[in-house]
Amino acid sequence: MRINLSRKKIRDSFVDKVQELSGQNLLACYQCGKCSAGCPAVMDMDILPNQIIRFAQLGFKDELLASKAIWICASCLTCNARCPKGINIAEVIEALRQILLRNREDHLKVENLSDKEKEDIPPIALICSMRKFTS
Amino acid sequence: MKISYYPGCTLKNHAKNFEDSTICSLNAIGVEVEELNRWNCCGTVFSLTTDDLIHHVAPIRNLIRVKEANYEKVMTVCAMCYNTLKRANERVKSDPESLDILNDFMDREEVQYDGDVQIFHLLEFLRDEIGFANLAQKVVKPLKKLKIASYYGCLLVRPKEIGFDDMENPTILDDLMSVLGADSVDFPFKTECCGAYQTVDKPDIIADRTNQILTSTMDQGAEMVVVSCPLCAFNLDQRQKQTVEKYPEFKHMPVMYFTQALAIALGCPEETLRFDLNFIDPKPILKEKGLI
Ligand code: SF4
Ligand code: SF4
Ligand code: SF4
Ligand code: SF4
Repeated sequence: MRINLSRKKIRDSFVDKVQELSGQNLLACYQCGKCSAGCPAVMDMDILPNQIIRFAQLGFKDELLASKAIWICASCLTCNARCPKGINIAEVIEALRQILLRNREDHLKVENLSDKEKEDIPPIALICSMRKFTS
Repeated sequence: MKISYYPGCTLKNHAKNFEDSTICSLNAIGVEVEELNRWNCCGTVFSLTTDDLIHHVAPIRNLIRVKEANYEKVMTVCAMCYNTLKRANERVKSDPESLDILNDFMDREEVQYDGDVQIFHLLEFLRDEIGFANLAQKVVKPLKKLKIASYYGCLLVRPKEIGFDDMENPTILDDLMSVLGADSVDFPFKTECCGAYQTVDKPDIIADRTNQILTSTMDQGAEMVVVSCPLCAFNLDQRQKQTVEKYPEFKHMPVMYFTQALAIALGCPEETLRFDLNFIDPKPILKEKGLI
């Protein structure tokens, strides 16, 4: 993958916004990779949790907001539990989803669910999914 | 003894087997359960963004109901309700400013909330207040020779501040199953996420996880899996349908709520077990062991 670093990206308000919404200090990360090692969802992710943190530090807004990974993460908090630097990675990923959702870019298309699915799937799952994936 | 109980919505429909077996078990050990008046959905997930106060209204309003009912503590059995109510409470306790904003938002509530309700899970109650040793005396039908794998999932144990057991190696469910007379089976995916709400639009991911988690319990010789969350239950039980479509070599595994195991051991009548709501029928293995 070709990567372009620039001062402009690093100083973009996007980085501040992610830190603010997540309440996390992105620069605390020293890229040990423990978050990705324990994440049960990595096989379906295009950008791994430790890479998400690195990309966020560097202001890679477009890559992060277009990634599949942020919608694969299920906020299971395994990464948070294991980060030796006390970073809440799940909160950073939540901030990325929220940046999109707050602009009404929903991930879950409720209208695509059939009546049968809506009946079979318990409320606990439907409500969670709507809370996490719709604005 | 009488305790206040917050059921949450899933226990009133898809997980009625969880609720009925809970109430029968508690009654069997002499505990009266009073359902909270006018409770509302807890909101299911705890909001992870710093500025998202509005989503804490739902859980905090439930805690106001607890105060109105003159209780200081409230019990949940759904792991997800437990997690969300407890985290929201911890959040307002540690941030008085947000508590003021929430109280202002709900200014027609007669009770001003001040962060003082305690949220506890049924497992904690059995371990810490009843005591597993006392519970053992109440067992009338030990789950002899039944090999049970206990699946914790995420919400009972993470984050550390609200979990009531070791985050990486919890044993409370295993201990309870041993108290009930079962053989508790250890396996490596006890706290590995089942994929949660991804089940709604990405059931394929759940098939992968369910295959991995349940196959691992089978490899360790388990005959039954117990859970404490209606979402885990849906993914590990109902989603076996999709799992076997994707992995034809996958073998079905019965999955029960831990309270169904508890209710059997405490001699609750079969109609409170509501096996009709379990997808993979647990009855054959229970019959084989002479438990029903
Ligand atoms: S575990 Fe923490 S420090 Fe290590 S890579 Fe992940 S976020 Fe960075
Ligand atoms: S919270 Fe998300 S990123 Fe972290 S371990 Fe779980 S699925 Fe992976
Ligand atoms: S978490 Fe679930 S079961 Fe609990 S109240 Fe909310 S939707 Fe219902
Ligand atoms: S539903 Fe899955 S994600 Fe939730 S607690 Fe259960 S294991 Fe974790």
